Amino acid sequence: MYYAVTIATLVTMGLALLRAVLGPSVYDRVLAVNMFGTKTVLLLSVIAFLYGRPDFLDLALAYALINFIGVLAVLEFFRSRSLRRSAERGGGQ
Amino acid sequence: MATLLDTLSWVLLTLGGISVLIGGIGALRMPDLYTRMHAASVTDSMGAILVLIGIMLQAGWSLATIKLVAILLFLLLTSPTSSNALASAALLAGTRPFAETRQDGKAPE
Repeated sequence: MYYAVTIATLVTMGLALLRAVLGPSVYDRVLAVNMFGTKTVLLLSVIAFLYGRPDFLDLALAYALINFIGVLAVLEFFRSRSLRRSAERGGGQ
Repeated sequence: MATLLDTLSWVLLTLGGISVLIGGIGALRMPDLYTRMHAASVTDSMGAILVLIGIMLQAGWSLATIKLVAILLFLLLTSPTSSNALASAALLAGTRPFAETRQDGKAPE
């Protein structure tokens, strides 16, 4: 039964990667990467019990933390960049 | 009792896998950013809850269950926060909802 969840999670990670490649705007890509990170946490948790190694749960916990901080940092970067661009455009006119 | 717990955790794991897959297909095929976020939130909330509770039933009372509870609580705290930050950042950047569905003439004004 762990195999079914692992395969479903892997397929979903592939679909999220496809959306990250196809995504028309930056925010679609950020959404897809966020989803990919959440699915990585789920996949690590399932694999910890699939292979009988509960040490992987620590990796899943650390990855959840890193994913959250990373998404917020990327969003802040793009927001400050777009604000700076609009300020430059307003100054040029 | 053990058979009951096994059956319950298999049902939860199967439902979790199905909802994760549904959310992935929806995030790929939905037409708009906000509808894609709606589809992705299915995997973030429903899939994570069902899969992690299914694993918890398999783990029993051990240290692994405490770690799984920590992972679940953290996911439930952070995924709405990052979704909110993403939606507000996209809205501030000028992405309007129903931008593509309005061309079909089906969406309300």
